[in-house]
Amino acid sequence: MRHILSRHRNILDFALSSLLRRKARNAALFLVYTLVIAVVASLIFFVHALKREAALVLDAAPDMVVQRMLAGRHDLIPLQYAEKIRNIRGVSAVVPRRWGYYYDPVFKANYTLLVADDQPVTPGTIVIGSGVARNQRIKQGDLMTLRSYQGVPLFLTVETILSPESELVSSDLVVMAAEDFQSMFQLPRGVATDLAVSVANPRELVTVANKIAAAFPDTRPILKSELLRTYDSLFDWRGGMIVVMLSVAVLAFIIFAWDKASGLSAEERKEIGILKSIGWETADVLLLKFWEGSAISLSAFLCGVILAYLHVFFASAALFAHALKGWAVLYPQFRLIPAINLYQLAVLFTLTVLPYTAATIVPAWLAASVDPDAAMRS
Amino acid sequence: MRPRPSSCFMSFLAGAMLVCLALGLHARSSQHARLPELQEQTRLVRYLRLTDLCLFTEARYTRHPAMADYFAAFQDHPTAFEHFPSGSLVQPPVTLQRTYAPHP
Amino acid sequence: MIELTNVTKRFNIGKNNQFTAVDQISLKIAPARVTVLKGPSGSGKTTLLALIGCMSRPTSGRIILKGVATAFFGLADPAAGFEVSSLPERFTTEIRRTTFGFIFQQFHLIKGISALENIMLPAYPCGEPQAIIRTRAQELLKQFDLTRQAHAMVEWLSGGEQQRVAIARALINNPLAIIADEPTAHLDSRLSQEFMERVADLKERGKTVLIASHDPLVFEAPCIDTVVEMRDGRVIGQSESP
Repeated sequence: MRHILSRHRNILDFALSSLLRRKARNAALFLVYTLVIAVVASLIFFVHALKREAALVLDAAPDMVVQRMLAGRHDLIPLQYAEKIRNIRGVSAVVPRRWGYYYDPVFKANYTLLVADDQPVTPGTIVIGSGVARNQRIKQGDLMTLRSYQGVPLFLTVETILSPESELVSSDLVVMAAEDFQSMFQLPRGVATDLAVSVANPRELVTVANKIAAAFPDTRPILKSELLRTYDSLFDWRGGMIVVMLSVAVLAFIIFAWDKASGLSAEERKEIGILKSIGWETADVLLLKFWEGSAISLSAFLCGVILAYLHVFFASAALFAHALKGWAVLYPQFRLIPAINLYQLAVLFTLTVLPYTAATIVPAWLAASVDPDAAMRS
Repeated sequence: MRPRPSSCFMSFLAGAMLVCLALGLHARSSQHARLPELQEQTRLVRYLRLTDLCLFTEARYTRHPAMADYFAAFQDHPTAFEHFPSGSLVQPPVTLQRTYAPHP
Repeated sequence: MIELTNVTKRFNIGKNNQFTAVDQISLKIAPARVTVLKGPSGSGKTTLLALIGCMSRPTSGRIILKGVATAFFGLADPAAGFEVSSLPERFTTEIRRTTFGFIFQQFHLIKGISALENIMLPAYPCGEPQAIIRTRAQELLKQFDLTRQAHAMVEWLSGGEQQRVAIARALINNPLAIIADEPTAHLDSRLSQEFMERVADLKERGKTVLIASHDPLVFEAPCIDTVVEMRDGRVIGQSESP
């Protein structure tokens, strides 16, 4: 056993000193390799953590949301629908939701305004998300002005600012009283934005949805499972930008592997000839090449993964912020709860480290099989 | 005596693996420690009856992808989201592909 | 120590540029003696050295090694000898590594690494702890007066120093025999004489030395025991020194 370990260590020593001989080139290779892995691993960490939080948090979303369509567009839903839906068997509660969008031309941001029925807010006051507070640079007790659809400005006092930790769901929210919402948008009487339906038995959801769609052909029920699926396929690898990033990474790796696999330089070939002539077997030479490749790929993989973790969970994925923000002015601060997807990391390892190591060994095979006496005759 | 290159390398690898392990433990413990955050978010989702994460505030159908209706999503082209950069990140939601209306 | 019987080596068999480098050579190399293969270039000296040193296999004929104990044969009487020419590559490499040390015409040192590491290289795959190999290498450096140059890159060393490093490298595994191919080709007279003095020293330590050369400084040196004359792949004469 010691014998085998010594052999590996000795050959590893020589492999490392070989790498150090071409310092600049190998350092550049290591850096680029690490960067590519860091980017892909960042993607893996970010998307996995986001999806996990979405799944956990949106589990508390309404069982079903019923929207009304008018000429194909989203329209307000009459409250009589709520009465009739309540009578469908299996439905335990129907609560009308009142929410909408507001664009603030001064701060150039989009907010979501909504009414909370369960814990009503005092008229004249609002509860805002910390993204809104950041955007308008206001704090608790300050006044916020909204321009109603009648042209009349509404002055609302900020009663509470929702915690920064809940930014993922509440960043742009402005929760107001029903009266203020009405002053803002002047909704006709007897309508709501949509209906939140609770069903006692989750297995009856589809049946209830079918019944609702049959009873009200102008409605569109949306189930919680579909909601969750939307977020599960978020940042899917088929999505535009992700495909670009992954393609770039794959291309980078193909270039690495091609560089290695396109054969050894004359100098490397000569060295292998010398090693064979002083007593190294083909297997020893291949082990040398294996260690040369593995030294770079293993270290780059580990460094890349560590960098990715620090980037996503300590620096809030700062490098992705620009891409994710797009044209939005209001942007949540991602303080994601760390989550690791070992399966995807293992796939990354298999797709990067193994092919690179193989690309280092395979071209050396031919050179390593050279006859030891070739060195004598050269 | 200068240390052997292989010793340096092995210790570096061991160190890096330890750091990875430590980060794994950090993730584990964070998940436990930050449970109250999750619970707070869940509470908000429940009492405000929210349906979407606040990721992209550029437009209505990017702010509430799960609630998007056909016209908002398919403005110029059935799969066109690309007026806004977030459209290149988010696929047309699955909620648009399903109908519960009875088959004729 | 080494016995060759009707050894022939042909290259490019079946092709139209086939040629016979070594033709029906029968030879006995005595242990602890210095033997020189003398002859012009193209006479098959290098090929014969490669065959003797288990670097390549003869096309026909037998090569028997005597007095070599190997781990895998467990011969009761190593003096009886065994045939190397028919062994698989795994075994011949093992034998080559432990029995023979090679000094090449162009030294073939690996550039970019130190003299010390060059000397230690042949022992790396053997599985000995590096500390032991290093001690042996440092002793060899001392013997050849190279201690100061231990950590210098080999390409910075002078011709004579490189030659000494090449010899030290050949000795790292304590081989029974040293094989040198045209060792003085790139050396001036003074260094050539120094080399032959070292050969005498090796002989004194009980090593078998086999040299291929057409340099008179070599085959007229006092330490030479046997001179084998070769031409066109055959032995045309053999003379022993008294």
